[in-house]
Amino acid sequence: MSTKNLPVIILIVLLAIGMALPLLQKDTTPGFYVEVVLGGLMSGVLYSLVAMGFALIFKASGVFNFAQGAMVLFAALSIARIAEHMPLWAALAATVVIMAALAWVIERLVLRPLVNQEAIVLFMATLGVAFFLDGFGQTVWGSDIYKIDLGIAKEPVLILENVFQGGILVNRDDAVAAALAALLVVGLALFFQKTPTGRALRAVADDHQAAQSIGIPLIWVIVWAVAGVVAIVAGTVWGSKLGVQFSLQDVALKALPVVILGGLTSVPGAIVGGLIVGVGEKMAEVFLSPVLVKTFDLAGGGIENWFAYVLALVFLLVRPEGLFGERHIDRV
Amino acid sequence: MFYREAGQFKATYRADQQILPIRQDRLFMAAVLVFAFLVVPLIATPYVFQALLIPFLIYALAAIGVNLLVGYCGQISLGSAAFMAVGAYSAYNLVVRVPELNFLIVLALSGIAAAAVGMVFGVPSLRIKGLYLAVATLAAQFFMDWLFARVRWFTNYASSGSVSTMPVNLFGFTFESPPEKYLLVLAIVVVMTLLAKNLVRSHIGRAWMAIRDMDVAAEVIGIRPVYAKLTAFAVSSFFLGVAGALWGFVHLGSWEPAAFNLNLSLRLLFMVIIGGMGSILGSFFGAAFIWFLPIFLNQVPAALGVPLATTTVSHLELMIFGALIVFFLIAEPHGLARLWAIGKEKLRLWPFPH
Repeated sequence: MSTKNLPVIILIVLLAIGMALPLLQKDTTPGFYVEVVLGGLMSGVLYSLVAMGFALIFKASGVFNFAQGAMVLFAALSIARIAEHMPLWAALAATVVIMAALAWVIERLVLRPLVNQEAIVLFMATLGVAFFLDGFGQTVWGSDIYKIDLGIAKEPVLILENVFQGGILVNRDDAVAAALAALLVVGLALFFQKTPTGRALRAVADDHQAAQSIGIPLIWVIVWAVAGVVAIVAGTVWGSKLGVQFSLQDVALKALPVVILGGLTSVPGAIVGGLIVGVGEKMAEVFLSPVLVKTFDLAGGGIENWFAYVLALVFLLVRPEGLFGERHIDRV
Repeated sequence: MFYREAGQFKATYRADQQILPIRQDRLFMAAVLVFAFLVVPLIATPYVFQALLIPFLIYALAAIGVNLLVGYCGQISLGSAAFMAVGAYSAYNLVVRVPELNFLIVLALSGIAAAAVGMVFGVPSLRIKGLYLAVATLAAQFFMDWLFARVRWFTNYASSGSVSTMPVNLFGFTFESPPEKYLLVLAIVVVMTLLAKNLVRSHIGRAWMAIRDMDVAAEVIGIRPVYAKLTAFAVSSFFLGVAGALWGFVHLGSWEPAAFNLNLSLRLLFMVIIGGMGSILGSFFGAAFIWFLPIFLNQVPAALGVPLATTTVSHLELMIFGALIVFFLIAEPHGLARLWAIGKEKLRLWPFPH
């Protein structure tokens, strides 16, 4: 173990201690504690779903895609609205086509004219795409709150009743979301490791020029389409859990600290980052918030609004490239 | 034919280093200032002052602040509105708690408070670069949003969480009517613009630009990144803080924590992109564009007899903003300021371009 990793280890140990502290409180039962952790993991899975889209696009094209949240919202809106007229599977298929078309349009109109521009310019272009998609989605699909019904029973299930007193409540849709995320990861891993396209993507990931010589336009369309499919999965799961509405985007913004915590270029990083952020902010909200409110006489808790960002910030100070990111060496 | 510098010789270093080296530019700027200070107050209606000019000027000031950081020093910030909030709440608390303080001092102190907070959130920029930093500045945004919404001391224990202010009082004179407020804001904006313009021409501004263009190379030639980046954050936040205080006191009058949210930060960034990164003049163009476009969109369809629902308009606005951002990045990455410069260049050569 080199000394370089020492600060990271210290930080992780501190995090672990922070997580263990609530157990020392008298009124925290182990069952409740596990429930909070599980709840955090579940929302972490949702963050990971959005974050994976970010990581994919960044890995393959070096574009920091601010529009991923807007894509999730757009996908969720189209599924919800199309599913009003046809069965869910058909709506999903139609949305896949829509997202692929969207990827093609974005590549044609936004990315291709900006080839070889600086990363910051591409980032701002995706800001524009995000705004456009927000407006466009709501103009086309409407701006009310819609539902996606996956046909999963809503009532939670009690598990592990004999281990903890009172058992642990688990939502079925959370479990489905976790399973879907796992499936998606396996699918993406297979895609990148086994298929020629996936391998080509990895090969051109860090060299725009090489990418150009073998025809990036197509490659970029594929990447954005894959990210679109990831957005569909995320949108479906989010939409069925929270309802499809504009505020979905704010939650999707949380994927930003998740990716930088995990390391921008890493899909596993997105998952681990999502889980850390999910558990961290849930625990902060449940255990730390009341303490803060009591000590400083606050007008309410809600520290989960910023906890993820500050956590990511602290992490970056210790390890600027994120947990699994590639160390970058500057040359003049 | 009329716009050309032929025959204007520079005999001293002072003359050579003027902000506007061409006489016609100086005359034009003087005319604009005379028009803004003397003519506008006589002809504009209260609506024009309150809905158009005052917010535009304050936005322009804020955009200059963002431009110093993003355009000149190359550090992307998505948390600019947070520093405006710091300025606004500092000014509020100073006025409430120390009522005898001169408003100009209040403004300066709120700027300094914002600068201090800006430096704290600028510290990560020493280790984090580029897009990582953009996300890190989001921490400032969300943390400040939360802080001002939750810590009751900042709102002076107001039960609703929103604060309301008194009209600005300066040397015994109360700025109440729209033209008075306009002149107050205009004077402050003019002075601070001059400050910014000179700052970016000084060694600090040059250090910022060196860091922006290539930080490793800048370090090698002896520019201290710590100093350059932190001053950029501090000065940028100072401008944002003053703009925030003016926004709260002169434009809004009363506001709630959501007045300074992420959306405002993004808007400020758009102003800088559309106006022109690394251009003080561009900040004014960008602010005008972003502030007037929605108003234009709201009124034109109605004037043309095409009634549009408010929600449709707001969605259209989002789409147009988004499309314009992409358009500008592709067509003219240096923004409106660049178009202005090209126009001036064309005018110099006119009518014989060869």
